[in-house]
Amino acid sequence: MFRHRIIPVLLLDKSGLYKTQRFLNPRYIGDPINAIRIFNDKEVDELAFLDIGATIDNRNPNLAVLKDIASECFMPLSFGGGIRNVEMIREILNVGVEKVVINTAAVERPRLISESAQLFGSSTIVISIDVKRNHFGKPLVHIRGGRERTRLNPVDWAVEAERLGAGEVLINSIDQDGMMQGYDWMLIKSVSDAVSIPVVAAGGARGIIDFARAIKDYEVSAVAAGSCFVFQGKHRAVLITYPTRMELETALY
Amino acid sequence: MTTIVDYGMGNLGSIQSMLKKLGETSIITSDPYVIEQASRLILPGVGSFDSGMNHLTELNLISSLNKRVVQDKVPILGICLGFQLMTKSSMEGTLTGLSWFDAYTVKFELKESIKKYVLPNMGWRKVSIRKEIPLFEGLDDDSWFYFVHNFHAVTDNIELVSMTSEYGYEFVASLTKDNILGVQFHPEKSHKYGLRLLQNFIRYY
Repeated sequence: MFRHRIIPVLLLDKSGLYKTQRFLNPRYIGDPINAIRIFNDKEVDELAFLDIGATIDNRNPNLAVLKDIASECFMPLSFGGGIRNVEMIREILNVGVEKVVINTAAVERPRLISESAQLFGSSTIVISIDVKRNHFGKPLVHIRGGRERTRLNPVDWAVEAERLGAGEVLINSIDQDGMMQGYDWMLIKSVSDAVSIPVVAAGGARGIIDFARAIKDYEVSAVAAGSCFVFQGKHRAVLITYPTRMELETALY
Repeated sequence: MTTIVDYGMGNLGSIQSMLKKLGETSIITSDPYVIEQASRLILPGVGSFDSGMNHLTELNLISSLNKRVVQDKVPILGICLGFQLMTKSSMEGTLTGLSWFDAYTVKFELKESIKKYVLPNMGWRKVSIRKEIPLFEGLDDDSWFYFVHNFHAVTDNIELVSMTSEYGYEFVASLTKDNILGVQFHPEKSHKYGLRLLQNFIRYY
């Protein structure tokens, strides 16, 4: 039986959890360890932690914090933010992280993908692609937490990442991030059609309705979301939630 | 006390954390002497077959493992790559494996036409228990385990196969022979199902 992954993406800055809108205005959500304990109880498929300040501040991942996080996670854990070389990847995997998420460094030095896939196995390497549409609606890959635009087209970059050995790609829409209006469907479809490695949709999910659409109609392997797992109601009160297995199976299959 | 073999192939912290949660003390070591004293072993690992074998060779661990596992019959649980290394060889490389199982490791052969079966096989899968052994007490065919792999074991000796799973076709999820236990999935990442399996391992082996 096949089970698609529903992945909460939690944004770290130093040791606290935050949630952004369109990659801006980080709002404090709470302590990561508390959040993990709740997600453990809810038997979450997988958790992703992204350090949103690491690349911008040019600092290394905080291995001590990461080790605490990994020690609490009894589900697969991905970590991204500030990863620049294979030595860093090795250290991160050694504290108990399952997969690393690479973005800026892979765009700047694509060979990092092949080097790390060779050493640690493709399945360990996730390439995250942050995408923002320009005034003409053309999607462009952005790096450094969305602050720097590149000339790369997300589909071309996803195909290249696959060729270099990436195990999966996380497609994150900057325009939809935190808006809870649904994924950037055209973007998801274009990437999902172009590669044969798992594609994870991210950015904008309202909840189970968008997860079901992405999986059924857009054939993604997994869906990721932030806001709908940490906010409740129209006033966006902080409350950690996750659909039950029953709710997911009813909606997805 | 469980000894986790560290041969530089990643992801050992999570196993130690889950053992700690179960109240089991453990050490992570790459010292052949310590391994020769172990009363229960875990051989984890993520990465490629040849680099795994090379690391075991460079660290001088192969003879210690053979002595403790094959001669002294100390229980050992191989996880993911650690399990694949227990077979004779892998299509992923050219080196000879530990050869504890009369089995080989091969790449998934998936039909290109079916979009949802892509490699790696990464995610939660249901399993089918083929052999009632203490390792699987409390688990059943509705149990989910977390898999991340491109390769899987095959064997002509059906008696070794204790669990299978499905990804495009039925493949070996676990081989066991007395004190030698191997699982393709990651119990340390499989919530309550993995906790139960590790608990069985430390309780019954």
